[in-house]
Amino acid sequence: MRILAAYLIGLIFGVGISIGGMANPAKVLNFFDVAGTWDPSLIFVMGGALITTFIGYKLVFGRSAPIMEDSFQVPANRTIDLKLVGGSAVFGIGWGIAGFCPGGALPALGTGRWEVIVFVLALLAGIFLAKFIQSMGARSAA
Amino acid sequence: MIGAAATLLMLFMGRVMGATGILAGLVVPASRNEFTWRAAVVAGMVSGPVLVMFLTGQMPAVQVPVSTPMLVIGAFIVGLGVTYGAGCTSGHGVCGMARLSPRSIIATITFMACTLVTVYIVRHVLGVS
Repeated sequence: MRILAAYLIGLIFGVGISIGGMANPAKVLNFFDVAGTWDPSLIFVMGGALITTFIGYKLVFGRSAPIMEDSFQVPANRTIDLKLVGGSAVFGIGWGIAGFCPGGALPALGTGRWEVIVFVLALLAGIFLAKFIQSMGARSAA
Repeated sequence: MIGAAATLLMLFMGRVMGATGILAGLVVPASRNEFTWRAAVVAGMVSGPVLVMFLTGQMPAVQVPVSTPMLVIGAFIVGLGVTYGAGCTSGHGVCGMARLSPRSIIATITFMACTLVTVYIVRHVLGVS
């Protein structure tokens, strides 16, 4: 049941990303190209997702626990540090170069396009390297 | 639909719908249980375009206007950034902002601004694609 629920939720997300155009780097890059071929339509996709989630979370957090788990697990970290800002800045640079963000690329894999596979493999390599460096740092600090 | 999926994941599993967190949990799984639901979510995401094609008769458009080296370098940089920044567009931009998390608001403003500047530099200063 858990796996089926997770699959269907991923499917809804994947269809939403596909229809919204977030899986299309040409559209995403045009959204950011305010000085050139600007296409502002993605603001409605991201804004719509944000507003829906805002209302949805308000309703869900009225419950004491999720349906299939014992408790809600939301990030508890409140510190705004260099890691957060620097990491986000680096992500933005990469997004501007490649045109895919992780949430756009994963559904795009379903199109079977080789560019998406190449992107996801290089993305995983980046995540893996960062995780590896972080675990080395944690080990040397301990 | 993106917002509905984020809401449902919180309702059923009590988790944030962040592509970064879901991917990171697959690369370095904390436990088998943590791995399985994430793998199922990713399988669902990948099925998205297939379902769209089934319903509309057309695959969703994926046009890649950049060269392969740019795609690979960009992807690698994204991987580093989202791991240190602990989230991307879905995690910080949608779920975190929806919780009015100050961290996510700062992160989203930062990466949106950096993406905008990068696209400007790449397209209008360097003129490469």
